[in-house]
Amino acid sequence: MRLGLLLGGGLFVLGLLSLFVGVIPLQPVDLLRDPAAWELLRDSRVPRTLAVVITGGALAVCGALLQSMVRNRFVEPMTTGTGQGAALGILFATWAAPEAGLLTKMAVASTTALLASVGFLLIIQRLPPTQPLLIPLVGLIYGGVLGAGVTFIAYQGDLIQYIDVWMNGEFSGVLRGRYELLWVAAFVAVLTYMAADQFAILGLGRTASINLGLNYEQVMIVGLLAISVVTALVVVTVGAIPFLGLVVPNIVARYAGDNLRRTLPLIASGGAALVLASDVIGRLLRHPFEIPVGTVMGILGAVIFLWLLYRPRSHAL
Amino acid sequence: MISIRNVTYDIAGKPVLCDVSLDLPRHGVTALIGPNGAGKSTLLSLVARLMPLQSGGIDIDGQDITTCDTGALARVLSILPQIQDAAPRLTVSDLVAFGRYPHSRGRLTAEDHRIVDNSLDAFRLSDMRNRALETLSGGQRQNALLAMIFAQGTDYLLLDEPLNNLDIAAARGLMTQLRTLADEQQRSIVIVLHDINYALAYADHLVVMTEGRVAATGSPKEVISQDLINRIYRTDAAVIAIGDRRLVDVGP
Repeated sequence: MRLGLLLGGGLFVLGLLSLFVGVIPLQPVDLLRDPAAWELLRDSRVPRTLAVVITGGALAVCGALLQSMVRNRFVEPMTTGTGQGAALGILFATWAAPEAGLLTKMAVASTTALLASVGFLLIIQRLPPTQPLLIPLVGLIYGGVLGAGVTFIAYQGDLIQYIDVWMNGEFSGVLRGRYELLWVAAFVAVLTYMAADQFAILGLGRTASINLGLNYEQVMIVGLLAISVVTALVVVTVGAIPFLGLVVPNIVARYAGDNLRRTLPLIASGGAALVLASDVIGRLLRHPFEIPVGTVMGILGAVIFLWLLYRPRSHAL
Repeated sequence: MISIRNVTYDIAGKPVLCDVSLDLPRHGVTALIGPNGAGKSTLLSLVARLMPLQSGGIDIDGQDITTCDTGALARVLSILPQIQDAAPRLTVSDLVAFGRYPHSRGRLTAEDHRIVDNSLDAFRLSDMRNRALETLSGGQRQNALLAMIFAQGTDYLLLDEPLNNLDIAAARGLMTQLRTLADEQQRSIVIVLHDINYALAYADHLVVMTEGRVAATGSPKEVISQDLINRIYRTDAAVIAIGDRRLVDVGP
């Protein structure tokens, strides 16, 4: 409960900060006397803040879902093939049908992201269960191979400059009219919360899931679908943000456990807060230039994570 | 009643079960015994729909398990799962509350909470209800899982070698508890056991399996004989009669 209040409060403060930090100076008092200030807020600052919040929340939720599904704490979709699969899809769509609309590219990216995730699941099923660390390692290699495929095809098709946009997420390009697809990701993430118990039960393993009357394969497919759609939407609109889905669910699990019905809201707000903090810091450090959100987040997340790991803790949750 | 009809099951081309037909009675404790590789665990997994049937059929109280809704089946039959080292960070009471999932789909009623509390009491877990699963010993963890399937409230409970890794006090405690469940709540318990003496002491019915077939069924007294031990287990341990009880002497 305390963690929830802390995250909620932090998110609110960061959200306000995000509205008033940027290249063009904007102060709360400007809103009272300058109509252009409202336009700036409406066209740039509000969309950017919302995009950050949705991306952070949805990616963190996807990380938690995948970790429960494969019963391994060290995986997350952006680095284990789903993100690279999405990039492969957009690349293919851009190359094969440059005139196609955003929705078509989106659909292709979601499909390839799903195929890549299914591939990951099929590969790790063959790994020995006594070696849990093999799963994230194989995942990283698998993601790396797919990523290399993306680069190769982009090189052949003269599309290298696009890759950077998809593979390194950042929010400086977010404007009104350019981020709205992310609402679909928010919607999907909220939908998965309806099935929070089912995903938590998956974490107990196949036998326990079937024993409790879960249609195991069906829930796995629904989970993969949700993860793939969210990942593809994020890659298409703002670009990949690696490790977010890894750090946030692990931090929340250390405090509040793995009962997803209780923890998914914490994970979502934690993810949103971390990306928002990183984005605001990235905007401030070299003002008026920006540092990509992924870079700041990597440092911030690693510091928080290390502190949590080396802090003594109790037996209870 | 669980009725198994002409079930044959191959794993990698090798027959594990050969045309098994068997009725597991309602009420009481039924023990599946037999040497390693006899197909006991496979049979249990098939009954619990953990693996798809290859041929034959299994009915539970007249309902075919292949056509019955898996959610509905979870209110009739439960199987004790095992949690490996990567246990999720759940509290004991969270885990036991998942036992009510087939009934409440995650929205626990006052009645569900009462059942969960009863179950925690019955397995002496009330003191550690807020402990994280990963901090429990193997035996305690299994106890928490037992409390979960107990809370599930099914008529049939399937257990695959639950006495592994339990000391004698814990093993006897568990078997006594299962007896109580069968006697006082008319539950039906099907349990795979390695130690014949536990089966002889606590079960109402024995099913002896060997090489994928059922070798004998009946009450412990009827089934266990010197000849059976020699023939099925290929060992010369002596069967001792003490009054009405039978005991297998494992000494040389």
